[in-house]
Amino acid sequence: MTEQTHEIRLHVNGVPHTATVPARRLLSDCLRHDLGLTGTHVGCEHGVCGACTVRLDGLPVRSCLMFAVSAQGHEITTVEGMAAPDGTPHPVQRAFRECHGLQCGFCTPGFLAVVAAFLEENPDPTEEQAREAVGGNLCRCTGYQNIVRSVLRAAELAREHPGAEPPGAGAAAEGGRA
Amino acid sequence: MTTPTPRTPVPVHSPREAPSPVHSPREAPPSPASSTPGGVGSSPRRPDGTLKVTGEFAYSSDMWMDDMLWGATLRSPHPHARIRGIDVTGAVRMPGVHAVLTHEDVPGEKRYGLEYRDQPVLAFGKVRYRGEPVAIVAADHPETARRALDRVRVDYEVLEPVSDPVRAAFDPDCPLVHEAGEDLPPAHPAHHRSGNRVRYQPVRTGAFADGATAAEVRALADVVVTGEYQVGMQDQAFLGPESGLAVPAEDGGVDLHIATQWLHVDQSQIAPCLGLPPEKVRLTLAGVGGAFGAREDMSMQVHACMLALRTGRPVKIVYNREESFHGHVHRHPARLRYEHGATRDGRLVYATAEIVLDGGAYASTTAAVVGVASSLGLGPYEIPHARVDAYGVYTTNPPCGAMRGFGAVQACFCYESQLDRLAAELGLHPVELRIRNAMSEGSRTATGQRVDMPLPMADMLRRAREMPMPPERAAAGPVDVRALPGGVANTSRGEGVRRGVGYGVGLKNLCFSEGFDDYSTARVRLEVVGGEPAVQVHTAAAEVGQGLVTIKGQIARTELGVERVTVLPSDTRVGSAGSSSASRQSYMTGGAVRAACLAVRARVFELVRAAGLVGDDHPDELLGLAGGKVVSGARGVLVSLADLLGASAVEETREFRHRATEMLDPTTGQGASHTQFGMCVHRAVVDVDVDLGLVKVVALDAVQDVGRVLHPQQLAGQIQGGSAQGLGLALMEEIQVSGSVIRNPSFTDYLIPTILDVPPMRIEVLEHPDPHAPYGLRGAGEPPTLSSTPAIVAAVRAATGRPLSRIPVRPEDIVGIERD
Ligand code: FES
Ligand code: FES
Repeated sequence: MTEQTHEIRLHVNGVPHTATVPARRLLSDCLRHDLGLTGTHVGCEHGVCGACTVRLDGLPVRSCLMFAVSAQGHEITTVEGMAAPDGTPHPVQRAFRECHGLQCGFCTPGFLAVVAAFLEENPDPTEEQAREAVGGNLCRCTGYQNIVRSVLRAAELAREHPGAEPPGAGAAAEGGRA
Repeated sequence: MTTPTPRTPVPVHSPREAPSPVHSPREAPPSPASSTPGGVGSSPRRPDGTLKVTGEFAYSSDMWMDDMLWGATLRSPHPHARIRGIDVTGAVRMPGVHAVLTHEDVPGEKRYGLEYRDQPVLAFGKVRYRGEPVAIVAADHPETARRALDRVRVDYEVLEPVSDPVRAAFDPDCPLVHEAGEDLPPAHPAHHRSGNRVRYQPVRTGAFADGATAAEVRALADVVVTGEYQVGMQDQAFLGPESGLAVPAEDGGVDLHIATQWLHVDQSQIAPCLGLPPEKVRLTLAGVGGAFGAREDMSMQVHACMLALRTGRPVKIVYNREESFHGHVHRHPARLRYEHGATRDGRLVYATAEIVLDGGAYASTTAAVVGVASSLGLGPYEIPHARVDAYGVYTTNPPCGAMRGFGAVQACFCYESQLDRLAAELGLHPVELRIRNAMSEGSRTATGQRVDMPLPMADMLRRAREMPMPPERAAAGPVDVRALPGGVANTSRGEGVRRGVGYGVGLKNLCFSEGFDDYSTARVRLEVVGGEPAVQVHTAAAEVGQGLVTIKGQIARTELGVERVTVLPSDTRVGSAGSSSASRQSYMTGGAVRAACLAVRARVFELVRAAGLVGDDHPDELLGLAGGKVVSGARGVLVSLADLLGASAVEETREFRHRATEMLDPTTGQGASHTQFGMCVHRAVVDVDVDLGLVKVVALDAVQDVGRVLHPQQLAGQIQGGSAQGLGLALMEEIQVSGSVIRNPSFTDYLIPTILDVPPMRIEVLEHPDPHAPYGLRGAGEPPTLSSTPAIVAAVRAATGRPLSRIPVRPEDIVGIERD
């Protein structure tokens, strides 16, 4: 293809990457195909399901609604980068596993990104708040009840080990894993 | 061969109890063998959970090989058209394109099908639905592949679509979707196939069996209610799209990594199309992003293999969401007519049903769906005189097949609606009417099959009725709009909002029915690894999210008294496991794993005897396995497995079958066609904005009998997930088809419930063991999907007084605006 391409530098999970992409390459496709980070899932391609959610400077964004070129200069965190540098899973990851907050698991990375960001803002949510926090993500398998439990359990785990929670993204992830 | 993104066997991690949401009113029977931690009845973590929360679990869409090509599919833009010619030259010439294939390139059989081989691998002669595959391309980039599709020229002669299933069923002048002389395989003689009918199945009991007319039977009843119902086309809407990777092998065969529900039935359909013996078509299960029936039929399997074999390169195909809506079968939409008659004191006297299921362009599982809809079309009620006529038809609408609860879901909405109408006529509480006519153990279904397992329906209904109610909406004070229909759209402050309560109960056959040779295979290996006994379990069963992978490990732990269990990836190197459908895998593959474990155990005991550890003075000593040791009831630990086995391994493979079932008689519909029955009862509480037609489900509580709980936490997930899909069918989920064309093939326009649509769900689980089933268990995945829909619609009716005879219920149905 003769389309013009751009050399871009992306900072993903604390690691710099370069990729050569056309301007219209979606961040989701770039992560999955160019960088091989297939933990970010694509369920609908247009911003409805939330499976492709990643964190951009800590904020959850739908990577299928963003161009890769516009993610330059931001710190991107995908599900692959959620664990602490020593490999300790993030409290949200632990909670979803422990509370059976997943079945097929296709929706899970998106939920994890949303919930991790939510709990940083609101470390002690009510059940009602937990429900609302994930109102924008689809799960076809679970009926959501165990996802609510997972959110509340994650908050509990994070409170139990405040030091263990790795900062989700942003400057704090600097010098992360190589 | 290089392997794609590897999936390592998943070790089952040391289990820890998570709090169980399931309340079991009855004590579970003691474990038959041992009480190994993480065994049957506990809630160990699912072994794939870690990979799924770290992003490492490889779904079929994540498969990758460096030299792979991308496949794409050209689909028919017309629902019904004759193909005059296909010209691929423009596409072949494009740089980056490695192959462009049409029906002429199919190496073997040109058709495939799950039950009946009528579906072309690539269309020839005619296209019969919009989206039917016509040509396939492999290119070095997905975009190149898609652009190449634009350069394939297909010359169509457009034909009139056959869109009306009722006309297809009954009008002799309706054009045929599959014309005479098409060289299709012979249909099953008992299916009454003719014209556009794929199957017709009548059921007759009582006076109807003796030829009585409806008018004669009607005279026996004091009260009669009739209803005409419609069920829209529901999509399984799994989140992970259809995808797979085919890798050509040196032996001329192919290795396919695929998300499917049944590896071996895919293999048995792919191999003839490729002109290869089955052993040269090897399948490995790739990560499955949900299934719910949609992956029981094939999608891109043969296409990817054909492209891989033609190009000599690995080929990956991934559908996007729009293509997915055209790329798999959906739940059969249905038109149904019911009549029920009862005595003044609320005893059902007779019932009739006419059920027309729209199978779309190809048969898929339509015949089996008709078998379920006819045999269970009147539900779990004692009815002296019954008449059912169920039809499955071809149309040029999207092909329909399996979806959770198939055939029974459509009927359940109707018979439950009928019972509610009857209760209203009689002035009885809906639960009371149901209890008066409830089946129980020993009852006979409309097909004359005796229910020879517990069926505590009356008790379940009572329990559902007695569950705590959600709090009433406050009559005064501040309003939280989030709790109201319409939510933060702020459409109401509570005025015009009415509450309603409704009940639903459904009966579903579990495992395969109608004489099918239903079996599963398991291989279990016990050996010593690092000084500790370890078990490997190998089956071909598809883990689709339901948690079978956990169950297999639990059974091995319980039967072999060994904590360390590894479940190997599922592939065709071991015998068929049958499909992950019909709620059958805990029963069937669970049964196979258990049988293989028992065989391994027997071999271990032989070794114990051969080693002289059972003295002459203890010839009948009862041996067991616990804590990695062989124990004797009388003398305690005899030997550790590590010492007994040393460097040797014990491996056994077993096939497990459920008891045989019968075909339905083609004229009376009589026969013990089912293995097992499952039942769930729902109570729904809704708030309805009667001015705007908006519904908020406030509570959706369930009582289900599962025979025996294997994994409380996963069971809750099945019940809640199934209930939510039933909620979707009740209120929002419908593939809009007009003129045989899908109008809403995206998640923007096809709505599935979010957490804000799904209320908290209370579950009460009963355990009345089925004496015929392993551990007494009953399949659990489907029954909740049956009963939640009619319960919700009944609640909306109670709130609004509207008849609501179609699902999904639309706002205009609630408000009372007529549609043309
Ligand atoms: S794939 Fe991005 S929201 Fe669905
Ligand atoms: S676990 Fe399957 S979609 Fe959420």
